[in-house]
Amino acid sequence: MPSNQGSALALATAVVFLAGACGAGGPDAGDGAVGGAAGEAIGGSITVFAAASLTASFTDLAARFEEAHPDAEVALNFAGSSDLAIQIIEGAPADVLATADAENMGKVRDAGMLTGDPVDFATNTLQLAVPPDNPAGITSLPDAAAPGVKTVVCAGQVPCGAAAAAVEQAAGVDLEPVSEESSVADVLGKVTSGEADAGLVYRTDVRAAAGTVRGIDVPEAAGVVNTYPIAALPDSADAATAEAFVDFVTGTEGQAVLRAAGFGAP
Amino acid sequence: MNAGVLPRWVVALAVAGGLFVVLPVVALALRVDWPRFVPLVTSDSARAALLLSLRTSLSATALCVLFGVPMALVLARTAFRGQRLVRSLVLLPLVLPPVVGGIALLYTFGRRGLLGSTLSAAGIDIAFSTAAVVMSQAFVALPFLVLSLEGALRSVGTRYEAVGATLGAGRWTVLRRITLPLVLPALVSGAVLSFARALGEFGATLTFAGSLEGTTRTLPLEVYLQRETDPDAAVALSLILVVVAVAVVGVAHRVRPLAGGAPAPGPARTGGLR
Repeated sequence: MPSNQGSALALATAVVFLAGACGAGGPDAGDGAVGGAAGEAIGGSITVFAAASLTASFTDLAARFEEAHPDAEVALNFAGSSDLAIQIIEGAPADVLATADAENMGKVRDAGMLTGDPVDFATNTLQLAVPPDNPAGITSLPDAAAPGVKTVVCAGQVPCGAAAAAVEQAAGVDLEPVSEESSVADVLGKVTSGEADAGLVYRTDVRAAAGTVRGIDVPEAAGVVNTYPIAALPDSADAATAEAFVDFVTGTEGQAVLRAAGFGAP
Repeated sequence: MNAGVLPRWVVALAVAGGLFVVLPVVALALRVDWPRFVPLVTSDSARAALLLSLRTSLSATALCVLFGVPMALVLARTAFRGQRLVRSLVLLPLVLPPVVGGIALLYTFGRRGLLGSTLSAAGIDIAFSTAAVVMSQAFVALPFLVLSLEGALRSVGTRYEAVGATLGAGRWTVLRRITLPLVLPALVSGAVLSFARALGEFGATLTFAGSLEGTTRTLPLEVYLQRETDPDAAVALSLILVVVAVAVVGVAHRVRPLAGGAPAPGPARTGGLR
């Protein structure tokens, strides 16, 4: 999938990677799970299903993985975690699944479609996003609950909405949202377009949308952590490649990419 | 049915096409959790969504009739430069992905949109309101009414109107006593189709109006949200939408055959031969 755009990306990241490797020096060179010995079994094409909030990071990671394993090809499918779980349970051909919460990974596991245990590879917390000019002058969560302020959150049925409710409770603030969206992307869209004065989204979304929104820290959000699990699926035709991708994401380089995107350590 | 006149393979392809449309609906019905069906579709959130959907779709249909009838009349009965272009533009929502329609509406009527500051100066705030839902629905449904009515206007021709006018009827009288009665069946079926399209509207609503129970969360949005946690509820609500849609299409079909029922003689259709 990311062939056209991917090759340019791969080239760019390869340069960065090489520069990084040179800078880090010898001892680091053999580090990480992407060792040369495992390399010979790694090839073919795998399909990675990943949560929508991982779009930028996993696009980057896939390019880097392909760079490290020239015989391997990674196709990416991004959607909400519950969509991904449903697609896999209904038989979509996926080799790796990375969700934004344990619950949807659990659904796939309950359907008997995982052999091993999923590995937690990242965490995410909520942040208040406001338009760059912050028309409602919001500096804290209580500001977003003030009358007349248009605040948008995710609906309680989706992970970011459950997290938003937990943050509200922890902060003792009762937001009266003008809209409860089905996905964090829709919340962000309402803020970037300036329709909403504020929205509760993931920290990584604010980071990715830098320039179009401003992030405001909510102290209580630090206690409400979303954990992202990843797992290789057993039916995979290229099981070794799928496992290698999981190792890559949980390995040194993968973690560095995720950290740069604003994700927390698991 | 008399299939004798058609090659067998045409019939076979038609059957395959029919199955392609019908089978998914059957599959949906098979997934319904019947014992829980009634509680699922009568939950507070489901009822709120259904009522909102019916209310907004009826309002959107009214808007479509209010603006669509004059639009169809202008397109069918007048000639002006750029008419073809205007017609294509009017039909644009038909081919535009609804999400794109929603974004376009946002950039027009949103707080920072083209007309946004004018509207807020007038104290009108459309974003996140039920009005935004109605506008999204009317936007995507309007072409259905214009298209079916314009087609009917062209096929009945202008002959009776011309006779009426020579007998001294004014423009308004011709329109009221001759033109509109002639195309009434097409108007009804167009309105029914618009209603059905409005009822199913999802993308533009989600983008432009948001999603809040009782205010902007229509039935399709409720289905989309329920699917996250309770797929059974989503399937049950989907079935309600399917039933309403089938009923609506049925009504439109009963009316439709009359629409082109009075083909006017060729020379009368001056506008149609361009």
